[in-house]
Amino acid sequence: MIRAIQDIAALGLQTLRSAPQLRRRRAQVVGHFYQMANASLLMSCILSLFIGGVLALQSGPLLVERGLSFVIGQLVGLSMCRELAPVMMAILMAGRIGSAITAELGSMKVYEEIDALLTMKIHPVPYLVLPRLTAILLALPLVVVFSILVGWTGGALVSVMNQDIGITLQAYGSALRSGINFMDLAQGLLKSLVFALLIGLVSCFHGLRTRGGPRAIGQSVTQSVVQSIVCILVSDYAITRLFVFVE
Amino acid sequence: MKPPPNKGVELQIHDLHRSFGHNSVLRGISLTIPAGCVFVIMGSSGSGKSVLLRHMVGLEAPDQGTILFDGVSILDAQAMAQIELAIVFQHGGLLHSLSVGENIGLYLTETLGLPPREVNDRVNQAIEQVGLSVTQDKHKLPADLSGGMKKRVAIARALAINPGILFYDEPTSELDPITAVTIGRQIRQLNQRHGTTSIVVTHDRDLALGIGDQIAFMTQGTLSRPQSPAELSQTTELAVQDFLQAGTREDYQIDSNPS
Repeated sequence: MIRAIQDIAALGLQTLRSAPQLRRRRAQVVGHFYQMANASLLMSCILSLFIGGVLALQSGPLLVERGLSFVIGQLVGLSMCRELAPVMMAILMAGRIGSAITAELGSMKVYEEIDALLTMKIHPVPYLVLPRLTAILLALPLVVVFSILVGWTGGALVSVMNQDIGITLQAYGSALRSGINFMDLAQGLLKSLVFALLIGLVSCFHGLRTRGGPRAIGQSVTQSVVQSIVCILVSDYAITRLFVFVE
Repeated sequence: MKPPPNKGVELQIHDLHRSFGHNSVLRGISLTIPAGCVFVIMGSSGSGKSVLLRHMVGLEAPDQGTILFDGVSILDAQAMAQIELAIVFQHGGLLHSLSVGENIGLYLTETLGLPPREVNDRVNQAIEQVGLSVTQDKHKLPADLSGGMKKRVAIARALAINPGILFYDEPTSELDPITAVTIGRQIRQLNQRHGTTSIVVTHDRDLALGIGDQIAFMTQGTLSRPQSPAELSQTTELAVQDFLQAGTREDYQIDSNPS
């Protein structure tokens, strides 16, 4: 476990050292970014719409009953911004994108493609890891921002249309505006960046260390997804604690 | 633009040892492969041939021993940068996300940083040298190619590097006998045309005897003295004799009265 953490950190450092090659790799970055965004946006839209809706549906009637209907927009807004959008989207990315990265690099390792690169004096970190890590660092914050907006919309739809809540769109909107500040958005974006870094590194690490046949690729993918999710939840607590301390 | 011809490179190995856990895979391998020759390392599956090859190309580090290319140690990264080596992997090792042309030009664009026009010329030249079609095959993905074509593309990719020494790992495995002969003829032809030292690791005895200038037989991590195909056919070593003579019709007969 400690060895794996050390190796993942070492991979992170190697990738950072290869960052000057980023300009040369921009076509690859754009290609991976497009694939990642394309694979995540529809699913993130569906998830976020229902998460926002469920939040409003669960809390709305209780808050209205206690005369706190003006809090609904704020509650949905803050929950989506600070916690649900970054964590849920990161878990979605770990499952869809992280697993795909591990499977692709794992099969490249098993079928001698990475060995072929090494014999051609092409290092796999700048050639394979750097573009994928950069792409996920760009894609996840974008998906999170999108998820926040769609989540707010889901919350608004339920708050306005549900008879047990029945607040106006203006009331929802003004609660949202008054309850959300820059730090809330910054927290969500910082989390998404940290999660993207962790998903990218964990999935590339497991892909590159795959040994054996097709079964080993499957094992690497499982390990990669599970470890990414654990990393997401642990770091989520750490970042939240940091912001609580700062505020 | 045609690259300058690369003269063959001499390879020397001294006392190479490698173990994986308690399993000793290479047990003191020493050999000298002269520049420009086709050298075949033959042996049965699991004898350590591929592990030896991975050491020769620097993909594995030995526990003990040295590997020298024209007197330069494989560990001397700066000096090794001047020596172009290439390998044709058993399964081709082609990048599946890249087209045939991109695979062949990968070293030229990524490592040498050549301009696109020169890369294109050299890629086309390599494609033609292995008997593929620039118009039909260059833009195909590896998934669309047959086993034999994949091997040819892998050879073309190695040729584009213009290597001084070229390694082949089981170049005829998974191929039908006719395609295997075509590949073998191509290895020989390329060696004669460019003078590149060619090292072929195989368990295909027809290929070994057909193309090898010198053949060494590998058994349980040790390598026999290199011999010419004619000498090898006359050998008195039992393991080599068994290997060379296996596969007659009698070998397939099932004993109907086992004692």
